[in-house]
Parts: sequence; structure tokens; C-alpha cells
Amino acid sequence: MTAQLQVRVWRGGADGRFQSFDVPRRDAQTVLDVVTYIQRRLDPTLAYRFACRVGMCGSCAMTVNGRPRWTCRSHVAKVAPENRLEIAPLANLPIVRDLVTDMREFFDKAMRARAQFQPTRTRRDDLARIDPASPSRRAIDRAIECIGCGVCYAACDVVAWNRDYLGPAALNRAWTLVNDPRDGARRERLAAVAGDAGCHACHTHESCSARCPMHIAPTASIAGLKRATAIAALRGEL
Amino acid sequence: MSAPLATRLWLAQRASAAVLALCVAVHLATMITAVRGGLSATEILNRTRGSLGWATFYGLFVLAVSIHVPIGLRTVAAEWLGWRGGRADAACAVFGIALLLLGALAIAAVTR
Repeated sequence: MTAQLQVRVWRGGADGRFQSFDVPRRDAQTVLDVVTYIQRRLDPTLAYRFACRVGMCGSCAMTVNGRPRWTCRSHVAKVAPENRLEIAPLANLPIVRDLVTDMREFFDKAMRARAQFQPTRTRRDDLARIDPASPSRRAIDRAIECIGCGVCYAACDVVAWNRDYLGPAALNRAWTLVNDPRDGARRERLAAVAGDAGCHACHTHESCSARCPMHIAPTASIAGLKRATAIAALRGEL
Repeated sequence: MSAPLATRLWLAQRASAAVLALCVAVHLATMITAVRGGLSATEILNRTRGSLGWATFYGLFVLAVSIHVPIGLRTVAAEWLGWRGGRADAACAVFGIALLLLGALAIAAVTR
């Protein structure tokens, strides 16, 4: 007899509840496979979000047994050794329905942190020459691979306590731009990321760094922003 | 709160924490060594009365506490009680001033 997975899946909005399903256990089965099985075989009304299925797009992030994860890269054998799964939408974001969250505030906060590059050259200028071994370029390298999945945002305690907090992803992106010698908005960006909603609100719990599927350490980026804003404040440049 | 002020408060809290780390270590080490000869109010007062060194040390300790605590309380009030804004800031500042005054009175009592 095929082993069964006991799966509890969040249904409805913020005032919803968990619904139980039995799903056949398969070899090399991912949590996304489980959700897809439920939607295709057991309940076609289940709402969830996915795209690439290979850990590139970040759209399938959900809360799996209490932890935010990419479901496509989470093997059942690893996250549910006792064949029990509880799958919920990402925390700290409004629920649209079932496993789908509204990520507008997550992306709006990136804009508030001035996470967009501000060019200082035109197409008629030469390309900027940046030494790959320079400290600023290496700092960027450590933080640049973020794909905006929202796992760090869902894992962050400070986001839960302070709804204005910009969050690890937005601050991490701001840190890459603060280190970019081609960028022309350093001063405005440091002002945008300082203060009660910015880097100074971080308690260094490191949940973001522990959960990031890309193995980025937003905590380190936020510490960099704390240093940069402190130096700017002492120089009267903030 | 403006970004420059929030950044300066953060700096003040970090700097006061560094001072406190040293002060707490000296305070604990002194307590442990002082007890070896028998701990009594008379013995402590004999050591601290008229001592400019202890008055300066505990003066620095109290100053660091009265800077560090209200800044931290402000965050605790905002995150755990949802108490934010000018009134919360003022209440934390008053608490810090109270700590400074009470600490100064205590130092005066044992070092004069």
C-alpha cells in the first residue's frame, strides 16, 4: 500500500482555516508537487502561485511546517520526515486566498528604500570600470542574487512587530546600490533607509539570513547600512 | 522621527552599550572581590566616601544607563505596546531623566 501524506492546507483569507487532505507519498516529491496534486486531483478550487518549478522565480514561496520556504525546492523527505505537512501562505503579507499572498507592500517597500538604480552616466559615456576585487564590488556580490521571493520578509520578526519596517529584502537591495560607484542617489537612499522603519529597527535576529534560499545574509547588509548611515550622520551628510 | 536624529539615537545607544559593558564588568568584579573581606554597609562606605575615582566611575555608569535605557524603552514601547509618536518619546525621555536624577542621588549618598 502506498504511504500517505497527511496534509493540512490553509483555505480562505485571513479568517480562514486549515483543510486536511491525504496525498500519496512519492519518491523525490517536493512540497510543490503535493500542492499541485491537491489542486489537480482533490480540489480544483485551491489557489496557489508558482511559475518556474526550479528555484529561479521565487513565486512558490509558502509557509511549510511553520517555516517560509520555496515549495519547489523543498523535498517532502527533508521537511516532513513523519509524512505530515502543514502548508500556509507566507506570513507578514495579506492573504488573497488560500496560499496566495498580496505582495504589493513587499515591492512598495523596495521602492520606499530607493531600491532602484539612479544612473549618473549616459549612453555616450564610457563604461564604468569596477575592480572585481574591490571591497564595494565584493559587498555587492554577497548581496546581489536576491530574486525577491519574500521568504526573508515572512521570516522577519521586526516586520511582524513594526508594519512600517522596510524589511530585509528592500534593505539588502539598498545596500547593493549604496556600494555601487555608478549610482547617483547615495545620500537620498541612506536617508530613506535610516530610522524607525529602516535599518536601525533591525534586531539582528538573523531569521532572514537563516531562511534565505539564496544563502544571502540580509542581516550583514543591514549592518552595513547601519555603519554607512552612522558615518553619514556624523559627517552631517544625512 | 527624522532619519538623522534616529541615526544619532542609534549611535548613542551603541556607544552607551560599549561603556556599560566595561562598567558592568568592573562593578561585578568589585562586588565579588569586596565580599571576600565581609560585606557590610560600613565597609562599602569606608571605601567610597570621599573617593573621586568611585564618584567618577559610577557617574559614568549612571550617565550611560540614562542614555541607553530610554532609547531601548522607546523601541520596546513601539513594538510590544504599539505606543509610538511624540508622547511615547517624551515618556521615555522623562524616564531617562528620572534614572539620571536617581542615580546621581545614589552616587552622592555613597561618595560624599
